[in-house]
Amino acid sequence: MDEISSGLSEVECDILVIGGGTAGPMAAYKARKKNPDAKVILLEKANVKRSGAISMGMDGLNNAVIPGYSTPEQYTKEITIANDGICDQDAVYRYAKECYSIIEELDKFGIRFQKDENGEFDVKKVHHIGTYVLPMPNGDTVKKALYRQLRRARVMISNRFMATRLLTGKNGRIAGAISVNTRTSEFLVIKAKAVIMCTGAAGRLGLPTSGYMFGTYENPTNSGEGYTMAYHAGAKLANLECFQINPLIKDYNGPACAYVAGPLGGYTANANNERFIECDYWSGQMMQEFHNELLSGKGPVFLKLNHLHQDTADHIEEILHTVERPSRGRFHEGRNTKYSETMIEMHISEIGFCSGHSASGVFVDDNARTTIDGLYAAGDMASVPHNYMLGAFTNGAIAGEHAIDYVKDMEFDEIDQGEVAKEQERILAPTKREDGIPPNQIEFKIRRLVNDYLQPPKVDKKYELCQSRLAEVREDMEQNMMVRDAHELMRATEASSILDCADMAAHASLYRKESRWGLYHNRVDYPERDDENWKCHVLLSKQDGVMTCEKRDVKPYIIPINEDEKDAYNNQRVQAQA
Amino acid sequence: MPIANSPTTVPVVVDEKKCIADKGCTVCVDVCPLDVLRISEMTGKAYMKYDECWYCMPCEADCPTDAVTVNIPYLLR
Ligand SMILES: Cc1cc2nc3c(=O)[nH]c(=O)nc-3n(C[C@H](O)[C@H](O)[C@H](O)COP(=O)(O)OP(=O)(O)OC[C@H]3O[C@@H](n4cnc5c(N)ncnc54)[C@H](O)[C@@H]3O)c2cc1C
Ligand code: SF4
Ligand code: SF4
Repeated sequence: MDEISSGLSEVECDILVIGGGTAGPMAAYKARKKNPDAKVILLEKANVKRSGAISMGMDGLNNAVIPGYSTPEQYTKEITIANDGICDQDAVYRYAKECYSIIEELDKFGIRFQKDENGEFDVKKVHHIGTYVLPMPNGDTVKKALYRQLRRARVMISNRFMATRLLTGKNGRIAGAISVNTRTSEFLVIKAKAVIMCTGAAGRLGLPTSGYMFGTYENPTNSGEGYTMAYHAGAKLANLECFQINPLIKDYNGPACAYVAGPLGGYTANANNERFIECDYWSGQMMQEFHNELLSGKGPVFLKLNHLHQDTADHIEEILHTVERPSRGRFHEGRNTKYSETMIEMHISEIGFCSGHSASGVFVDDNARTTIDGLYAAGDMASVPHNYMLGAFTNGAIAGEHAIDYVKDMEFDEIDQGEVAKEQERILAPTKREDGIPPNQIEFKIRRLVNDYLQPPKVDKKYELCQSRLAEVREDMEQNMMVRDAHELMRATEASSILDCADMAAHASLYRKESRWGLYHNRVDYPERDDENWKCHVLLSKQDGVMTCEKRDVKPYIIPINEDEKDAYNNQRVQAQA
Repeated sequence: MPIANSPTTVPVVVDEKKCIADKGCTVCVDVCPLDVLRISEMTGKAYMKYDECWYCMPCEADCPTDAVTVNIPYLLR
């Protein structure tokens, strides 16, 4: 294993789904369900059994719109406000209307949700306005249950293949993708009539403060190829300047997690044991207050549970230490911290792209269609804001069901073999060198520069410096990067997508000349929100080979937002008590 | 430029007495999302080859003989 062999094979299918984490399996499953004769391939860099953000399971649904607790209208309004007005509501509204049927379906798969003594879903309030959080007591079963359904629906699964570029055809439609085996370096070209991208967040953009490259908040398998592939294929990407930054347990870098602890009485506190934010729901505005507190002299910031009854604190600990990130218990054991006794130190995560928690991503409409004909995107990499796990499932389902109709009378668009040869040459270049810089050093340098220069607050001069330093690293990467085996070749290919993502983050941030989304786009040189000029999307794309940004109007709201509601998320700070 | 091998402690430990990779098991290698585990040609047992771990634990949870322990990487302990 791991020796570099050359070789290339080609397969055909109706629908290619790239990424078998959360959205991908649902897309593939729904497509096969709707048309059992269709050939659907699910391509995965890791192994579908244990891949993606939910590899071990999940503590709950963060954004469930359940009849009796909230309405699709209310949810759409809340997300529009949380996202500072930059929201094409049709996609959010559609999600909100359809997610309940997905919950019922997941329930049938055996992923059970918390119910109260009357057998009703036991939904909790964490958001600023509405009630949407549904715990999953057996959340560790998610991946197994999904995998069972994939087998039953006879989806073809190709594990350990990493997609590197999309192929568009002579007619400008999507035509397939190129991928490389992460253990043999063999290429697989997949011709497809439609492609659904579900490759998750750009989780390895910033560097965790521990300096440990794989100690990220996101699953570090997700190194941003979705964004890069879409960019190089000519698709548009939305609002990449709206970064993801999360409040996390310091060093461990896993969620704190206020969504579990909040409904039971836990909260975020400063060093004086005081609550300083009204609402623990993650938003840029909340992160700005978090950041302010860290710098205020009242920091650091803590998750506070030690005021709760011992049983309650132990119960929270039990959930947090077993399901989503089960190594958390070991981390605290090593530090000798018990939730019932001490407050847990928190910190700010590295930056990334992720619509799951924030808002940036490949630009999609309410059918999960990108701006390229036949190309879809769902989950953390698509632009539907504050999507989370249920958004990945629901929008994955929407993509799968739309794509299966789209391919019905569709022919394959012809691919250009020259493109394939060019990509093979690009990927294999580091294997041809006897000597040079290993990919881990290229990656470390990119991510260290991201931390030094791109982390908000955003300063123009720092951004410009970053761009020129990144250009130097690009030259090193293209001329001197060297690998010794197939595994390192995977890391080298990831380094190139991390670099592309860093460039996109810098470019989009410099284009939007205002501040918005709290800390996510806090621009020191333009400190005010400027609705007159910037209440719009920023779309980034490759035009004649050059990275370019443009403005795009936000679609007229379906659910109107009143003047007195639109700034609700800006009032996060606890007001001084009289 | 010449390349050096810098030492690093790895977080995942395999109990070789329990590991049955020599009987054909590859479960931990199969499930790891970061693909950092391998079966050693020398010992016939699983081990961590690359120091690129998310301390996520499928390797430990899915091992049929409880041979795997995931520790927290030293840098963030
Ligand atoms: C630690 C953590 C805790 C969370 N907690 C919650 C919670 O409690 N509730 C909630 O609702 N949400 C939660 N979320 C968010 C939620 O898990 C995600 O929004 C959702 O799972 C994203 O799904 P996805 O399909 O977009 O990405 P993923 O599930 O990450 O899947 C992406 C897949 O693509 C594969 N891939 C990547 N690149 C390539 C490539 N080049 N070629 C082929 N395959 C590739 C990856 O291996 C992976 O399997 C949490 C996220 C994290 C990281
Ligand atoms: S899963 Fe367990 S028994 Fe199997 S190879 Fe890995 S360590 Fe050995
Ligand atoms: S903890 Fe996760 S990343 Fe580390 S070896 Fe095990 S499965 Fe792989």
